[in-house]
Amino acid sequence: MTILKNRLFWPAAILVVLLVINAFTSNQFITVRDGHLFGTLIDILRGSAPLMLVALGMTLVIATGGIDLSVGSVMAISGAVACLLISDLGNQNSVGSVLLIIGVAIAMSLLLGLWNGALVAVAGIQPIIATLILMVAGRGLAQLITDGQIINVRSDPYSTMASGFLLAVPVAFLIAAAAVALTVVLTRRTALGLLLESVGGSPSASRLAGIRARRITVMVYVVAGGFAGLAGLIYSANIRSADSISAGNLIELDAILAVVIGGTALIGGRFSIAGTVLGAILIQTLSVTVVAIGVPSKATLLFKAVVVVALCLSQSPTFRTKVFGRLKARPAVRAEVPA
Amino acid sequence: MGEQTPVLEMTGIRKVFPGVVALDGVDFRLFPGEIHALMGENGAGKSTLIKVLTGVYEIDGGEIKLGGEPVRISGPLQAQQAGVSTVYQEVNLCTNLSVAENIFIGREPRRFGRIQWGQMRRRAGELLARLDLDLDVSAPLNTYSLAIQQMVAIARAVDVSARVLILDEPTSSLDASEVAQLFAVMRRLKADGVAILFVSHFLDQIYEVSDRLTVLRNGQLIGEYRTEELPQVQLVEKMIGKELAALEDLEGKAQRSREKSAEAEPILEARGLGRTGAIAPYDLTIHAGEVVGLAGLLGSGRTEMARLLFGADRADTGELRLGGKPVTLRDPQLAMKKGIAFSSENRRTEGIIGELSVRENIILALQASRGWTRPIPRRRQDEIVDKYIKALQIRPADPERPVRNLSGGNQQKVLLARWLITEPKLLIIDEPTRGIDVGAKAEIQRLVAELSDGGMAVLFVSAELEEVLRLSHKIEVLRDRRLIEELENTAEVDADRIMQTIASGATS
Repeated sequence: MTILKNRLFWPAAILVVLLVINAFTSNQFITVRDGHLFGTLIDILRGSAPLMLVALGMTLVIATGGIDLSVGSVMAISGAVACLLISDLGNQNSVGSVLLIIGVAIAMSLLLGLWNGALVAVAGIQPIIATLILMVAGRGLAQLITDGQIINVRSDPYSTMASGFLLAVPVAFLIAAAAVALTVVLTRRTALGLLLESVGGSPSASRLAGIRARRITVMVYVVAGGFAGLAGLIYSANIRSADSISAGNLIELDAILAVVIGGTALIGGRFSIAGTVLGAILIQTLSVTVVAIGVPSKATLLFKAVVVVALCLSQSPTFRTKVFGRLKARPAVRAEVPA
Repeated sequence: MGEQTPVLEMTGIRKVFPGVVALDGVDFRLFPGEIHALMGENGAGKSTLIKVLTGVYEIDGGEIKLGGEPVRISGPLQAQQAGVSTVYQEVNLCTNLSVAENIFIGREPRRFGRIQWGQMRRRAGELLARLDLDLDVSAPLNTYSLAIQQMVAIARAVDVSARVLILDEPTSSLDASEVAQLFAVMRRLKADGVAILFVSHFLDQIYEVSDRLTVLRNGQLIGEYRTEELPQVQLVEKMIGKELAALEDLEGKAQRSREKSAEAEPILEARGLGRTGAIAPYDLTIHAGEVVGLAGLLGSGRTEMARLLFGADRADTGELRLGGKPVTLRDPQLAMKKGIAFSSENRRTEGIIGELSVRENIILALQASRGWTRPIPRRRQDEIVDKYIKALQIRPADPERPVRNLSGGNQQKVLLARWLITEPKLLIIDEPTRGIDVGAKAEIQRLVAELSDGGMAVLFVSAELEEVLRLSHKIEVLRDRRLIEELENTAEVDADRIMQTIASGATS
C-alpha cells in the first residue's frame, strides 16, 4: 500500500511497461556486439542524456520557484560555437583542441546562465520573461554564429561524446550520469539543497532567516546554463553538425515535464533529482516506444500526449481520491460521518 | 434600534483550524441602518468572522440567520446572493477599466447580447449620485484617488446586494479628508437602511462613525456595546484583556529586578531611527540581560519599530549603534552576523518554511550564516535539534516531520530554537504567543525570562499588555506609528497606566 502512495510509483510502473513493450517488439533489446552493449535499452539510455542534463538544471531552477525557458537556445549556441571552432581546426581529430573547444562552449553556456540569473535575481524580472528573452534571442544568436548554415564537422573525438563507448557503456550516458552525481553532491553534500528548498518554499521567510537568496538564485541559473550547454554538445556531436534551428527545439517543455513527473512542484521548494532522472528516461523511452510499436508518425505527438495525460492524472491527488477513493472508500465514509 | 429585528444574526459560531480554535461560540448581530464596528487585536478572530460571513470559510458550529432565515454560506457568490457584500482594504477592481465598467462588470445591462453602454453609464451615474459623488463614469478608474476607487467599490457592492456591507479596514490607506468623505458615504448608506460592518484599527474613527461595537479576543466574544457608552480606556482594556490564571506561576517575576542590567553596557543604541510611512524616528537603548517590551495597539508601529533593528526593513533616517559601533543594517544577514535575531509575527509567511522538516527549520538560520559551502555535519544537526526539541518540549518530538503539521505553539518553539542556536546577543521576538494555547504561552514566557537572566537582551513585542508587563524591565509605548513614552517597569506601572497612555495619546 505504501509503495502505491509513493509519487514515483506510477511513473516507474509506466516506465517498466514501456520497457517490456520494447523488449518484445525490438529484436535486440540488449545484447553485446563488437565488445560493447547494444540494443534498444542502450539507445534509450544514450538518447536520454541531453534531456537528462537539461532536466537536471531545470530541477534546481524550479526548486527556487523559477523556470528556465532558454535551455534549448543555450543548447543551440553551445553546439554552434563548438562546431564553428572545430570546423576551423587544421586537424579536427586533435583530442586536445577538441577538449579545449568543449571547454570554451561550456564556459559560454555558463555565461548565458549568468545572464539569466542576473536578470532574475538582480534585475528582478519574472523568470518566465527573463529566460524567454534568451529563448528567442539565443536561437538568433546561434544562427548568427553559424551564419545561417548548418556547419558539418568530421571530428572523431567530438563524435565520441554522443556515440562513443567507454567500458562498454555509451559515453553520452556516462556524461549524464556524472552530471547527476555532481548535482547530488553539490546539493546534498553541501547545504545548497536545503537553502534552495528554503528559498523556493518561502522567499520572505528565507530572507528573514538570513539567507541571501540572490546568490543562490544566480547560481542555479548558471548551473542550468552549463548543463544545457553540455546537452547541446552531445546533441550536435550526435548529428556531427550544428543545426541552430532544431537543436534543443522545445526541449524546455520536455525538461519541465520530466521535472514535474519526478515529483518536484512547479511552485518551488522540495526537489527530487532521482525523480527527474526517472522522468527524463521515461520521456525518452516513450519517444522510442512510439517508433518501435509503429505508431504512424502523424499520430506520435497525440500518442505521447495521451500517455502524459494518464501519467499526470495518476499523480494528481484530487483525481486519485475521486477515482480510487470512490472505489474503496464507501464503507470508510460511513464510519467518518458521525464525527 | 432595540425593537428592530436584526438583518444578520450569528449565534454560537465556531471555527477550528488545526492547532487553534479561531472562533469559539461567538455571537454577532447587525441591524439595518447601523454602523457596527468589529473590534479586536490580531488573532482575536475578526478576519475569521468576516471570512465566515463572506463564505471563504465554512463554520464548524453555530448558526447564521439573514433576515430571520437560517442560511448556509458556502462561497463568496452565495454570500453576495444572500445580500452580503464586502469591500476589502486593497481595492479589488480593475483600475484600467472605466468607472461604469467597474460597477457593472460581470452584470452589464444587455440587449440581444450587446452591452447597452448608454444605459450602463446612466445607471452608474445615478448610483454614484446616491453617494453624493459626481464622477466622469467613462474615465478609467485609475485616474481617481484611492479613496474614490474605494467608494466606487462600495457603490458596486451596494448595487449588487444592499442588505449587509462589510468594510474591512477601508481607511488604512486614506488621508484625513478622504476618510471624512468615506464616512459621509457610510452615513448616507446607513440612512438608506444598509447594515454596515466596519473594521478599523483607528480608535478615533470607530468613535466618530460607529453606533455599536462588538469586541472579540482570542476567538471569544467579549461583548457587544453601544459605542457612546463605552469609554476608550475600557475598550482598549477589553481588547487587550487580562491574563489567564494558567500563567500565574510567572507572577513572582513581575516587576523583575534589574540590579544586573543597570550596569551592563548598552548593546544596542538607536538615535532618531525611523522609516517614512512605517515608524516615526525614535530613540531606544537596550542593555545586555534586559527585556524591553513594546506595547501598543495593532498598527501602532510595534512591528515596524522592531523590523528596523534587524534590517528586515531599511531605516531611512537616524543611526544605529551595536556594541558602541555605528552600523547600517542593509539586510537580515548582516544583523545576524552582529548577533541579532528576529522572529517575525507572521509565523506562517515569514517564519517557518512549511514543507521543510523540523530539523531543517531549526538549523536554517545557523546554516545561512555559515554559507552553503560549510554544511553543518548531520550528526551535529541531530545533536542540536534533539537538545532543543527536549529543552523547548517541541511536540511531536519528531525532527523529520514537516513543520507545517505542528501546532502553532510548537511552530513558534521551532522558530525560537532556530534563533537560539545562533546564540544571539539580542533576540527580537514579535508576537511569539499569538494564536497559541495557554500552556505553550506560559512556556515561551518562562523561556524569555530565563534567557534574559542568562544575559541575553530581548526585545519583546506583544499585543497582550499583561504579558509585556510581566516580562519587561522597560516598556516602550506606541501609538499611531510613533513611540510616545518609555516607562521603567516599576511597581507603580500597571496595565491601566499603559492603557491610559495609549488611549489618550499623551506624551509625558
